[in-house]
Amino acid sequence: MTHHRSSSPLIPPITRRGFVAGAGSLTLSFALSGRAAAQSEESGVVDQTAELPGSLSKAPFLDSWIRIAADGAITVFTGKAELGQGIRTALHQIAAEMLGVDPQRIELLTADTDATPNEGYTAASHSMEESGSAIMNAAAEVRAILVQRAAERLGVDAETLRVEDGVVIGGPEDLAYNMLVDGETLHVRYEGRGRKPDPATYKIMGTPFPRTDIPAKLTGAPAYVQDLRLPGMVHARVIRPPVSGARLAEFDQAAVEAMPGVMAVVRNGNYLAVVASGEYQAVEAKRAAEGAARWTGGIALPERSEIYDRLQASAAEETVIHETDAGSGFPVKRLKARYTRPFQMHSSIGPSCAVGLFEDGRLTVWTHTQGVYPDRKAIAELLSMEENAVRLIHMPGAGCYGHNGADDAAADAALIATALPGRPVRVQWMREDEHLWEPYGSAMVVEASAGLAADGTIADWTYDVWSYPHSTRPGGAGNLIAGNLVADPFRLAPPTNIPQPAGGGDRNAVPPYDIPGARVTKHFVTDMTLRVSALRGLGAFMNVFSLESFVDELAEAAGADPVAFRLAMLDDPRAGDVVTAAATDFGWDGWTAPAPGFGRGFAYARYKNLAAYCAVAIELQVTPETGAIRIHRAVSSVDSGQIVNPNGVRNQIEGGIVQSASWTLFEEVLYSPDRIESRDWSAYPILRFDAVPASVRVRPIDRPGEPFLGTGECAQGPTAAAIANAVRDATGVRIRDLPYSPKRLQTALRETEFS
Amino acid sequence: MVAMTVNGKSVSVDADPETPLLYVLRNELELNGAKFGCGLGQCGACTVLVDGKAAISCLLPLAALEGRAITTLEGLGTAEAPGPVQAAFIEEQAAQCGYCIPGMIMRMAGLLAETPEPDDEEIRAALQPNLCRCGTHMRILRAARRAAGRPSEEDNFAFAGSGQNVGGTSS
Repeated sequence: MTHHRSSSPLIPPITRRGFVAGAGSLTLSFALSGRAAAQSEESGVVDQTAELPGSLSKAPFLDSWIRIAADGAITVFTGKAELGQGIRTALHQIAAEMLGVDPQRIELLTADTDATPNEGYTAASHSMEESGSAIMNAAAEVRAILVQRAAERLGVDAETLRVEDGVVIGGPEDLAYNMLVDGETLHVRYEGRGRKPDPATYKIMGTPFPRTDIPAKLTGAPAYVQDLRLPGMVHARVIRPPVSGARLAEFDQAAVEAMPGVMAVVRNGNYLAVVASGEYQAVEAKRAAEGAARWTGGIALPERSEIYDRLQASAAEETVIHETDAGSGFPVKRLKARYTRPFQMHSSIGPSCAVGLFEDGRLTVWTHTQGVYPDRKAIAELLSMEENAVRLIHMPGAGCYGHNGADDAAADAALIATALPGRPVRVQWMREDEHLWEPYGSAMVVEASAGLAADGTIADWTYDVWSYPHSTRPGGAGNLIAGNLVADPFRLAPPTNIPQPAGGGDRNAVPPYDIPGARVTKHFVTDMTLRVSALRGLGAFMNVFSLESFVDELAEAAGADPVAFRLAMLDDPRAGDVVTAAATDFGWDGWTAPAPGFGRGFAYARYKNLAAYCAVAIELQVTPETGAIRIHRAVSSVDSGQIVNPNGVRNQIEGGIVQSASWTLFEEVLYSPDRIESRDWSAYPILRFDAVPASVRVRPIDRPGEPFLGTGECAQGPTAAAIANAVRDATGVRIRDLPYSPKRLQTALRETEFS
Repeated sequence: MVAMTVNGKSVSVDADPETPLLYVLRNELELNGAKFGCGLGQCGACTVLVDGKAAISCLLPLAALEGRAITTLEGLGTAEAPGPVQAAFIEEQAAQCGYCIPGMIMRMAGLLAETPEPDDEEIRAALQPNLCRCGTHMRILRAARRAAGRPSEEDNFAFAGSGQNVGGTSS
């Protein structure tokens, strides 16, 4: 395998520097605590029962995380993947701070089944909590061990020594870290011996350290899996059925095989792919193969207009997830509302891509999967291979936002590569492959009912949410498209009904407020009509949109200011702080509409009710004639615990706000009983620059010494609800169905006019 | 055989004349800057300059490029010595996944070649063909302003047609 590794600058340079133990070897004496390390996918909760911090509970040996070579090179390992969220940089900062070395001296390796710990999926805003905590504590302990060794060697008290850029100083002799390690020094279990420095003394953590991956990505250096070029590499394209469940009845294989450059047609049951020596030849072969294939049957899709009724009428697993005792207030006014959200896409800008190489009975796949270990397991099952004969190496792809086509493209590369042993095979999905076949974010329905007491407080609260699953990740081979298409197909595993407190479809369905007489019920429907899985925030986007819209409706009915109404029901001071900060920065008190058609809206949520706190205030303008919504200002505050990189936090929240605005204003998967219609950007419009807000401001609130809470998903829900509430404020119309398309708004405004 | 100039170097490409420029750049010339996004001219990830003007390379057949001068992201600078537009994007940390950014940078390079001092409306209009999915737009606009020689601490990007930003109490 070694020669493949040296053939491209893109392959993680594990062998570039000799490690103390087993220098140059690929089979590093790895310190994993068994294979039970897979995380619970989207479960959303970090295991609180674990005795060790973060992912140290899965991989407790220090050298799983940090190695120091004889030449002084320091390598830090994470099982998490860079998805554009900046995790690589944040983890780098943590390691440098805790080890006490210049960040330049550290090399950080990300998810690779032959090299890094198994940290499951890079999902659910868990990476800082899991990998960040592990690296922070492991690095602090490594530092303590090496200082102790230096003290013993110098015959002085460890307390008299300190560390400066990887050198233990303060004794009769300065000793660099690499003079203090031998092969087994760090091959010890984490015991918590390290003392973490006072956050007030941090020099690298807490600073806006520039992203380490940005210069390469902005200058055309090879940075993405799409950029990987291996010697002798060939190009593949997949040909999918026109609709899920269709069978390949006829196929003129010879016609495609005769085309220029075509090296192979891979057919296995209903699985079809072409391989050509040139990339554009593969594209042309795909187009020809589509014409040469006749498909029959397939699963009928529902009428789009009936999807919500159908969802509510489907057999469901019902769970009451939250109940509180009745209060003393007697309801004098009752409000009821129903909210809907259509299927929505991840739709990464770059369609999924992977490179596979099958050689000497071993398979290597370069992939932008969120989970190299779980995807490896599924691929091994698909190919009836031993897991340890399969290696998955993460490389960045286009932004991810959840379970998109990445795992499936990796399986495509694996399957096709096994048909061409010795040949690196690059599979690039075309735009329609991603749009039509990625798993969507579930359509959802919420029904809410609440009573207001005479004093304007909420007297009772009933909330029901209906949803398809929010995680169908591998899992097994049945969770891969290829697994469903091959001649001897694998069955989709029963989807996970992700339990509270994090929840799936019911994520953030429990109100964060102190409300008596509350009852919240989740209706989990597994009869999926369209392929669905995890999309950034899962059910939180829809639940926060619904819940925070409904709270605004109640505030209005109570004649209360929306911000004051919320603050009166919030016990948690950190929640109060983000609400107050966002309201203050926005200029909530005393705000008046600067021109006709303007409105303001506010919303708050704590992601999963246990992670980051986020409040968003929006000022927008509606043009009644066209129904167009223009967001002028978005103001946000966020508390995700100890901040490692404030610019990284800002970037995630700014991005979350803009992406959520796109979901809220524009996005809906179109389909008819025959087919998915949203096959490209023309049939699935997203926000373009003419709709970008004039201003987005984010205030990160730092909590030194507090646990990392993760930032990536907390802005999605509050943004949607703040837009909804601002539209109501601007127009007097309450819209409860997503998206807020100009047509929908126009219709609603006209109805109000004539009512 | 099609002869053209790519990043200042003369090249001759022997490929099917129907091959879109994007595939020639990425494979025959092994350049990574232009990205495949849709192949349909809808997203702008593959934007390059042709004779100094921004163009979508996924729709441009090789046959149309005889004698033309192509500039890709690589032609603007390197990680060690980034060009001015690249430097502005790096300074503003204007990337999340970064996949769409090369197209944004090329779009801005094309705009600045024609309009050295673009206002906000001109910047928005120039970037309109390009999609970003991470929602990095605010930083892209900030970087664009910086590249246009007027960096600013605060956002307040005027909309087309609205003139002054009426809601702008944000600074």
